[in-house]
Amino acid sequence: MRYIPNSPAEQAALLREIGVSSVDDLFATVPREVLRKDPPPLAPPMSEVELRRDLGAMAARNAAATCFASFLGAGLYAHHSPAFVSQLLLRGEFLTSYTPYQPEVSQGTLTAIWEFQTHVALLTGMDVANASMYEGASALVEAVLMAERLTKKRTKVVVSRTIHPEYLATLGTYLANLGMEIVEVPAGADGVTSAAGLAAAVDDETFAVAVQSPNVFGLVEDWSVAAEAAHARGALAVGVVNEMFSLALLKPPGEAGIDIACGEAASFGIPASFGGPLVGFLACRDGFKRQIPGRLAGRLETPNGPVFALTLSTREQHIRREKATSNICTNQGLFALAATMTLTALGKHGLRETALLCLAKAEYLKAGIGRLGNGKFAIAFPGATFNEFALRCGPPVGEVLSALEKAQILGGVPYARLAPGAGEHEDLLLVATTERIRREDLDRFLDVLKGF
Amino acid sequence: MSDHGNLVNPTLDAALLDRRRGSSSIFDASRPGRRGVLLPPLDVPGADPEALFGTLHRAEVEGEVEASEVDAIRHFTRLSQKNLSIDANLYPLGSCTMKHNPRINEEIARLAGFADVHPYTPAHLSQGALELMARLEAALIALTGFARVTLQPSAGANGELAGCLMIRAAHVKAGAPRKYVLVPDSAHGTNPASAHFAGYEVKELASTPRGTLDPAELEKKMTDEVAAVMITVPNTLGVFEENILDVSRIVHARGGFVYLDGANFNAFVGKVRPADMGVDVMHMNLHKTFSTPHGGGGPGAGPVGVGAALVPFLPVPTIEPEGAGFRLDFDRPDSIGRMRTFYGNFGVLVRALTYILSYGQEIGEVAENAVLNANYLRKKLAPFYHLKYDAPSYHEVVFDDKLQAAKGVHNIDVAKRLMDYGFHPPTMSFPLIVPGALMIEPTESEPIEELDAFADAMIAIAKEAEETPELVTSAPHVTPVGRVDEALLAREASRAGSFAPVLRAPVRRS
Repeated sequence: MRYIPNSPAEQAALLREIGVSSVDDLFATVPREVLRKDPPPLAPPMSEVELRRDLGAMAARNAAATCFASFLGAGLYAHHSPAFVSQLLLRGEFLTSYTPYQPEVSQGTLTAIWEFQTHVALLTGMDVANASMYEGASALVEAVLMAERLTKKRTKVVVSRTIHPEYLATLGTYLANLGMEIVEVPAGADGVTSAAGLAAAVDDETFAVAVQSPNVFGLVEDWSVAAEAAHARGALAVGVVNEMFSLALLKPPGEAGIDIACGEAASFGIPASFGGPLVGFLACRDGFKRQIPGRLAGRLETPNGPVFALTLSTREQHIRREKATSNICTNQGLFALAATMTLTALGKHGLRETALLCLAKAEYLKAGIGRLGNGKFAIAFPGATFNEFALRCGPPVGEVLSALEKAQILGGVPYARLAPGAGEHEDLLLVATTERIRREDLDRFLDVLKGF
Repeated sequence: MSDHGNLVNPTLDAALLDRRRGSSSIFDASRPGRRGVLLPPLDVPGADPEALFGTLHRAEVEGEVEASEVDAIRHFTRLSQKNLSIDANLYPLGSCTMKHNPRINEEIARLAGFADVHPYTPAHLSQGALELMARLEAALIALTGFARVTLQPSAGANGELAGCLMIRAAHVKAGAPRKYVLVPDSAHGTNPASAHFAGYEVKELASTPRGTLDPAELEKKMTDEVAAVMITVPNTLGVFEENILDVSRIVHARGGFVYLDGANFNAFVGKVRPADMGVDVMHMNLHKTFSTPHGGGGPGAGPVGVGAALVPFLPVPTIEPEGAGFRLDFDRPDSIGRMRTFYGNFGVLVRALTYILSYGQEIGEVAENAVLNANYLRKKLAPFYHLKYDAPSYHEVVFDDKLQAAKGVHNIDVAKRLMDYGFHPPTMSFPLIVPGALMIEPTESEPIEELDAFADAMIAIAKEAEETPELVTSAPHVTPVGRVDEALLAREASRAGSFAPVLRAPVRRS
């Protein structure tokens, strides 16, 4: 086999050196009744030619955003990634290296992690960020667990129902057996978290209040509403972001009193890849850094320049196991690096300009829908949005999407898809724009809606 | 080992080395007015964010980088040069399994039809992605003998949690969640943490002098209050649980489940199906057994296989056949729920399936050669390093520093000195029951000459530890930075707030 360098003769030489006559002698402590004699029921080995043909055929049966004008968002936004990013990621020193536990031979990865932390801290307005989490939903879970540790002996987390439903479902899975109660506060008629609703739900048992902005309907929420509701009763405020470009134009959570920010950073050049791998983030105020989950790179100034290393290890393998505060073991190193490279290339100006493109395209589409005049479609909520909005459809959402698809448009995400079986907002379609959308795509979208 | 004395122009080399070491971060190198990306022109009327957002508007992200594409490429290329990688170096990290990463996997994962597909693409336009997941599940079932496999968990530890949650859900459905999970003292640290997060108290099982489980001890601790036993096969000492069939029988007799930590599946893939050993649930770290690259910390993926009794509790969604194609099934009333957004680390699944198809029915050779290479190193190094547990080794072998400690040389010193010889150090953080551990796993993808070079380096270090121990204890000597004092860094970084960000004037070099 081409991935096994030693030839059969060399393998035989190794066996002789070890002093056994066959490989099966090395498996001598495996119970005979379970050691298999026959090969597993798989096809013969495939060459690269066959792999390309077989897997390429599967890839061809998917609708890539490069072939359709894609307005799909709802937590994952298809932004452009600079060409050099995917090429540099293939450098073996990044791609095939391990977690940087040995700082002397991992300064490259460690520096990049520290830069990722710095980008996240700057964008969110927080003091400290970690080396990344699996993805947004589990980052919310870790943020909530962190808030619970920091407040001690409280049992209740208050969450806004305008957080992505899959984030809330994930939170429910993780918290199911930990003796914590999740209190959901519904959105007001305007689609944003109601300040009165939050205030009524928070009590002295509450350890955290979590809100998202822009929320699942794309609406901009005011972080300070959550911060005030939480702090009034001694709880911590958790802010969720799943479209990080919004932070180029919107006051960051850290400036509005949020204590822990978390969410998804995949907007920075991470391929959609049918939903994973992505790159979650978690950031907090300085005073909370000892409870931050996962990995953290620190920077030490020396006469020969800065040196980086993983530090403040709260992770499970370095401490007494019964004290583990998290079972997180990996971060998303390679994709945190991809996000860091993308942010470097965009820089301060590119960040803002990209965000302005996303915003302008969404506003153009919203205005066009407002002028349709056929009475079949409406912008569901009046509040400000960034690059995504909820479209209320008169015709069934499925029919609208089919019509758009005929015009080579992936028209958006039915809200019902986010929470299957909930029977909520079945007439809502979430429509997102990025810098990859052109004016002609927007006009085509409007033409299709006009046809209803 | 590089020898700076032999260079043609030592001054020039020092300057080059200094640039490579770099100052530093891209934030230090940022220069006002530089830009790295040209964006498409605005082809619709501009929107005024200040008017739209009012007091919530932000004018700029202060402190963000300003750099050109050239700056960015040079910076990240230089960073890459300060890393060791499996592409250039043997990386004998026990239990972490640093094996060759085939590049065809990367090419396939980057096909637009996989990389540029949104997870909410309608099912009729994403049949290829659903089929890929169904085929990977089928392949993993063929290799494990389980009834179903969920591909959703984001990493091995995330799979552990999913497995523990399913075990709990099954016991709850049967009438009581039970109270304890038994974990051997040699287990990965994430095992007890995952059991804890599923609501269990963890009880430890002591290993025998051969490093394996003692059925008599298990018999004593296995009560009707125990939900599961979490074992690792081969365990973190590289030792196969000879008594695995007894273990399964004892656990099942009291209504418990056998959880297998599949971190070391690469030692028996294609040779033994875990379900045949009585295992009920097992996670698979795809990057270890199926070669998806580690990427300096991830991403991984941790699919979980389960026997029939646990199928109703799988996370949602599952992939189900429908007509000639596939659909996602969310309607599973007993499901533990969702482990994350969307469906899992799909891009990692693509790489793993590509690798499995590359080997096909010959995948057992992976395990055979991994075990062969590990035993070869064991044989070569046994005269020079102490073996605490003298049991047959599988894909990894654990020595300790007992022979070197007499001269004040510890495992960390051996590890740092190995860097000077061009090798990544072995694992030292576990198993916790071996103080001074040096846990070596060469994997199947190392050729004999590389195994010999590594063994020669280890033997040379053992001699240095005898004759010039200070050379070893002061290592490394030729890496981009000298030995890092991590305690000092934690203290100083914490004080200076230099985790992130550094909001200060850039350092100018004269």
